[in-house]
Amino acid sequence: MSETNNTETLNLEALHKKDKRTFALLVDQNSDHIYRLALKLTGNTQDAEDVVQETFIKAFNNLEKFEGRSKVSTWLYRIATNESLMMLRKRKDGITHIDEGIETDEGEVMPIQIVDWCCLPEKEIMTAETRQMLKQAALQLSTSNRAAFLLRDVEGLSTQEAAAALDISESALKVRLMRARMQLREVLSEYFANRMAEEDL
Amino acid sequence: MTHQHGLECKDLMNHLNDYIDGELDDELCGKIEAHIESCPNCKIVVNTLKKTIQLYQDDGERVTLPLDARHRLFEILNLDEDADLEK
Repeated sequence: MSETNNTETLNLEALHKKDKRTFALLVDQNSDHIYRLALKLTGNTQDAEDVVQETFIKAFNNLEKFEGRSKVSTWLYRIATNESLMMLRKRKDGITHIDEGIETDEGEVMPIQIVDWCCLPEKEIMTAETRQMLKQAALQLSTSNRAAFLLRDVEGLSTQEAAAALDISESALKVRLMRARMQLREVLSEYFANRMAEEDL
Repeated sequence: MTHQHGLECKDLMNHLNDYIDGELDDELCGKIEAHIESCPNCKIVVNTLKKTIQLYQDDGERVTLPLDARHRLFEILNLDEDADLEK
């Protein structure tokens, strides 16, 4: 879970006046969070750096429009998510998504893999190979489900904040989050089931 | 699968997100926990789902904006990189 940042201590009036020192503090407090989100959304360091730049340029140019109804970090996440999704649309990299397969005809999400891999020792679970698999699995989610998952579960935003960052309702956020979580669970279950089978050989 | 407490596996799936996030009322939460205890498959699904989320939260990687990218960012925005040191 990400650490709590301190953006709420920033002076809103100073931000509206485009005070450079206050904006520098805002950049300092949020740039790592925005970079991490962009990197996990785009899967590419150069794209992530470009997203960070565009996010703060747009934020600076629109500071007077930030009304303070949400946290400034949520506002930045919203800009960064839009920039990342735009970047992905331009790239159209042909990644095959794993959206299909776990929904019934009625649109309900049902689990397929029933393997208890929680019993694996912790050091066997989190290996370099596992980290790579986690990244790849997240990149195979549809961009909208991935964004919901990253904001809510990885960056630690509340349901309300993540929904605001994506400009969708809380119920829509929950649907995307459920799909993302269950899809990732399927991929991880298959992966660890294979590892457990290999160890038994 | 249906169990004595009247909750089906399908019902659990419908409330799984809210259950994991601790957003259910006590009564429904109790029913779901009773179901999980009596349904081995649902127990596995709940536990592996929680573990999946936990692995993404604790992947041990401390990702930060690379220093050269940070320099470029402050330069483009025409900001003083040391402003935060005066806090």
